[in-house]
Amino acid sequence: MDNNWLLRVQNLTKIYGQATPGVLERTGPLANTNIDPKTGAVVAVSNISFDLYPGEVLGIVGESGSGKSTLVQMLYFDQEATSGEVNFKPVEDGKINLFDLSNQKKRYTRNHLMGMVYQNPRDGLNFRFSSGGNIAEKLLMANVFHVGKIRIRGTDLLTKTEVPVKRMDESPARFSGGMQQRVQIAKAIANNPPLLLLDEVTSGLDVSVQAKVLDLIRGLQQDLGISMIVVSHDLGVIRMLTDRTMVLKHGHIVEQGLTDQILQDPQHGYTQLLVSSLL
Amino acid sequence: MIENKKYKDSFNYAYIDEFTKKEIRRKTLKAVCIPGYQVPYSSPEMPISRGWGTGGLHLTLSLVGPNDVLKVIDQGSDASVNACNLRLFVQEMAKCALTFNTGEATIIQSRHRVPEEIMTEKQILVLQVPQPEPLRGVERHEAKTRMMHAEADYAKIWVTLYEAYVRSGALRSGAGHPIMVNGRYVATPSPIPSWDVPNLSMARCLYLFGAGREKRIHCIPPFTRVEPLEFEDIRFKVEEFVDIKCSASGEDKAFMDQIYDDDFNKSWVINDSNFLDKVRQGPRPPQKLFTNPE
Repeated sequence: MDNNWLLRVQNLTKIYGQATPGVLERTGPLANTNIDPKTGAVVAVSNISFDLYPGEVLGIVGESGSGKSTLVQMLYFDQEATSGEVNFKPVEDGKINLFDLSNQKKRYTRNHLMGMVYQNPRDGLNFRFSSGGNIAEKLLMANVFHVGKIRIRGTDLLTKTEVPVKRMDESPARFSGGMQQRVQIAKAIANNPPLLLLDEVTSGLDVSVQAKVLDLIRGLQQDLGISMIVVSHDLGVIRMLTDRTMVLKHGHIVEQGLTDQILQDPQHGYTQLLVSSLL
Repeated sequence: MIENKKYKDSFNYAYIDEFTKKEIRRKTLKAVCIPGYQVPYSSPEMPISRGWGTGGLHLTLSLVGPNDVLKVIDQGSDASVNACNLRLFVQEMAKCALTFNTGEATIIQSRHRVPEEIMTEKQILVLQVPQPEPLRGVERHEAKTRMMHAEADYAKIWVTLYEAYVRSGALRSGAGHPIMVNGRYVATPSPIPSWDVPNLSMARCLYLFGAGREKRIHCIPPFTRVEPLEFEDIRFKVEEFVDIKCSASGEDKAFMDQIYDDDFNKSWVINDSNFLDKVRQGPRPPQKLFTNPE
């Protein structure tokens, strides 16, 4: 079996409520629900396995409530997984399950080796700090205790993400939505992480700003070769950014394959519905 | 009023009952063992309200014996109302001796200042602390700050220093600059001026910090490394009193207060009242001075 993956996810499951035996069989696309009829437990993510390769961009699509966000939040340790295993090459050469790490190691992994861009900039940024301070936080987590170096890196990142550098010392609260999102991206890539998680980054932005943010992400991916997981309900975003796509419904993968293939020739009824409703 | 016939004294020795004193001593020992770590304690009721020096009072009363010599200062002064009342209260309850002389005291209870005179291994400095949690400004939830301490997750407090530098061009934190104790816990030295912070490091005396309202004790044992948080290029600095001399003694190497006389004339005077007396009478007591980096 090939061994050049960067991230390997095996049987990842998240259940809110009581995890009784057989709960995974009673829910899913076939049952057409993710609520267990017996106990009322909600199965957000059910037995998901996939590999992500270096430099690859993986898309995850699905309607709201299909478990997309929960999936990336578990990878970023924002939520605790019910069961499953995640191996990540930069951590102990991928031989250890990330969920078994100590809190301190988890925090190290999160701060040094991953970046996350949330749908709502308020989740990813601290609005009580300046934009430069937000980027500094990520660098200080990685023990860069030199203000000069922090300022230089902050300037670099903001230039790269096209945020006016002279507004570096302002709070992101005073920025437009698109600018906030770009500051968030600058913060997420501050430590050159090998893996970037993007959760609905363009939802809520107007179309011209969306295009700019997507352009930025694609540019960064090409320049820095970061692997990404892009979560979106917008097939346009998926088409523009990703190489490979997984379609999620009720916590299950109903279809996966090359993005072009899935968009041109969807096999599963649900994917067909998604593609045909694309404007 | 019901007359007390059963007991000779109307209060237990040193006001607090023996079991509670034992508890406070136990927590103090724990704090000594883990420098900089905040140990929760009972914070029993006192005849003053919590937050008015009860933390310091608890520590002093749990330590004091009839042979102790007590000094109480408030912002460097023996004469302030708060200091006088606490001093008389402890004396009445513990029948200990009182002094103004920093060198003579075995226990010094203080608020917002460390004495200028170098303290010895025979002395304990008890500080009254309003807010023992250095992370409170960046994290509201106690459960989270405790987790941050456990994992030495101090990035947020560093960001506040970075922001202070960006805004004002210096690591200005006013009083109570955050300190790293023994290379492990970030703590607050209570609101002492930056001038006093270097005196906490590798000192010969024991520093105890009691926060009565917040119910926490923390400690800096003798000969413990204490470093103010500073960046590699932007260094911690103490207050500078340039071209300023004490109007009472002509001295310039001590922490100064600015005062106004009745005609609104500005002048400066040494803040530590006992140190000022000694400087005027001589000989000058030993003092540890910090030189600011370039």
